[in-house]
Amino acid sequence: MKLNGAQILVNSLHREGVDHIFGYPGGAVLHIYDALDSQDDIMHILVRHEQGAAHAADGYARASGKPGVVLVTSGPGITNAVTGIATAYMDSIPMVVISGQVPSPLIGNDAFQEVDAVGITRSCVKHNFLIKDINKISSTIKKAFHIATTGRPGPVLIDIPKDITIAQVDEPTYADTIDMRSYQPVVKGDSGQISKAVDLIIGAKQPIIYAGGGCVIGNAYQELREFTRQLNFPITQTLMGLGAYPANDELFLGMLGMHGTYEANMAMHDSDCVIALGARFDDRITANIDKFCPTAKIIHIDIDPSSIGKNVAVDVAIVGEVKMVLQDLISALKDKKTADISTWWSLIAKWRSVDSLAYKTKEGVIKPQTVIETLYEITKGKAIVTSDVGQHQMWAAQYYHFDEPRRWINSGGLGTMGFGLPAAMGAKLAFPDMDVACVTGEGSIQMMTQELSTMLQYNTPVKIINLNNGYLGMVRQWQEFFYEKRYAMSYMEALPDFVKLSESYGHIGIKVEKEDDLKPAMIEAFKQKDRTVFLDILTDPSENVFPMIPSGAGHNEMLLAGRDKMASTNDEGLNLV
Amino acid sequence: MRHIISVLLENEAGALSRVAGLFSARGFNIESLTVAATNDETLSRMTIVSVGNDGIIEQIVKQLDKLIDVVKVTDLTATEHIERELLLVKVDVDQNTQADIDKQIDEFSAKIVDVSEDTYVIELAGKSRKINEFLDSLDASKILEVSRTGVTGVCQRRES
Repeated sequence: MKLNGAQILVNSLHREGVDHIFGYPGGAVLHIYDALDSQDDIMHILVRHEQGAAHAADGYARASGKPGVVLVTSGPGITNAVTGIATAYMDSIPMVVISGQVPSPLIGNDAFQEVDAVGITRSCVKHNFLIKDINKISSTIKKAFHIATTGRPGPVLIDIPKDITIAQVDEPTYADTIDMRSYQPVVKGDSGQISKAVDLIIGAKQPIIYAGGGCVIGNAYQELREFTRQLNFPITQTLMGLGAYPANDELFLGMLGMHGTYEANMAMHDSDCVIALGARFDDRITANIDKFCPTAKIIHIDIDPSSIGKNVAVDVAIVGEVKMVLQDLISALKDKKTADISTWWSLIAKWRSVDSLAYKTKEGVIKPQTVIETLYEITKGKAIVTSDVGQHQMWAAQYYHFDEPRRWINSGGLGTMGFGLPAAMGAKLAFPDMDVACVTGEGSIQMMTQELSTMLQYNTPVKIINLNNGYLGMVRQWQEFFYEKRYAMSYMEALPDFVKLSESYGHIGIKVEKEDDLKPAMIEAFKQKDRTVFLDILTDPSENVFPMIPSGAGHNEMLLAGRDKMASTNDEGLNLV
Repeated sequence: MRHIISVLLENEAGALSRVAGLFSARGFNIESLTVAATNDETLSRMTIVSVGNDGIIEQIVKQLDKLIDVVKVTDLTATEHIERELLLVKVDVDQNTQADIDKQIDEFSAKIVDVSEDTYVIELAGKSRKINEFLDSLDASKILEVSRTGVTGVCQRRES
């Protein structure tokens, strides 16, 4: 049977198990949309902006573990999607983006809606393809999904010229597997390195497990829990790792890094053995690299060899899937006796007693931390929570105690404002029966409000928790600390009436101005199972995120709320972001 | 330290820009880069000369290896290897200078590949250092044009 390129493309996507595509039509992809229209296996979500498509596919992928799929047209279609692709790339999220391209004979002619999509996206995709031959459509799709989902996952772009989607050929035979000589990710860790790691682990007197997003993306949470409990070691997690190990477990010290807990950062600083699992020693984690873990031997387990030794020199490097390496470590440690670490635990108990996440409430003012605690209480900690970027993101990470993986969805690497709302929509489509909340701020939400329209069209009821303090809060916090309170452009005047805004999109809007109204409003919002509810909550404009490691400082130089004078930094610190 | 990195990669459109883009995006330095297809026309061989400390070179090798199109990366500097570069240089020749230029050509075993009324085009293959020395030996004011290929290299032993 003769099929055109568009039909082969859609069939290939179906064979990869794709059930949702997030996209926006345009000239170059009209044939693909035509092919999508004549099938029922794949549901297409029509977003209102291509950046929203990429974030929604990303949220879908983070919640479900399946690759997110995006379909956009040439030119502005793909350039709009770039921020979303870069967001997924920085957090290693599996995604396949299909972009239309002008017809092959016009490529390079500055044709209408032509951009060099492969060139523009090269530095923010794991790989990309320009399909030049209709006979390569099915194999390219196969390769794209293989690359996106294996090794260290990431987005893969396929640029397909319009004429390739129109041409007709006999239906190809679709391959079930793929073998690429140039791409063979390592799965199993080296046994010699594993036994070196075991020696360090059993001798450690002040150990700490530092688990990152790789434990979530690599589905290693069962192994992580078994490994941690087997050793009875303290564990801290990065922003991206939250939920891999349950936050309510006694071995968990909280998040580490710039806004991590006192006990997590102090334990990192004083540790003699750091076990890094699927983490990449990012600058938000290490703080001043010269002051990082001065006395520790470091074991680093990661799927990506280039992450090892990039920022921090390590003592034992194990390249492999965290899940597989942990399985090997668990069995290698079975009959081994570890050192007595009770003194270490009593030191940690002292740090814990500092209670670094404590905050003072104020009469007549809603504290943002209270909002997150209320959200946690009302949802019993079982919601999927997405966030945008800024202070609200840190408070959500600190005060919503994630006990399960894939429940906390945020843009950690790229820090993309506007991510939260479309990501929540994607997560809700993956798990229609779960409560999904988007914690945001009045700054971030305005970067993506148009997706409220998509959410009505596809009935994806999400609860929007808008921490409205009238400021770009994290910018304001840095200006207060480091720029002598010169609040340049961090105050937003002329905010919209968010209640009317959400009502105009067909949703429910509730404004919360008093603390007494907070809990009832939250209960009401979650009672509305089938409606998107926008809670516009006026919070304390002067609140800051603590603890905080100022730029240029070390893990043991944290500032705590209400206990330290205003944060300060030096010139070197100001050069950092 | 100077390293010669040999990269075997899929002979696909865009493979060169992936490598060049990687170097500029991560701030790695490229002294020279040569690329051509191998005896297997589906594969290209790229030879890159870069300068950096061990940590930087390790990152360069790892980041190159991470590119999906790259089949194999070898730091030739870490093994016994042969390196060669080709020079084409055009020089002014007149009665006064000819004898001196001929002497240098002879000394470096270079080759005159083109002669016009008042110019030579000279060819020389060798290690970069030898080419530098040859150029230094010529009267700089007589050099009209220099074109160098950049280094290519091969590991001496049979590779596994």
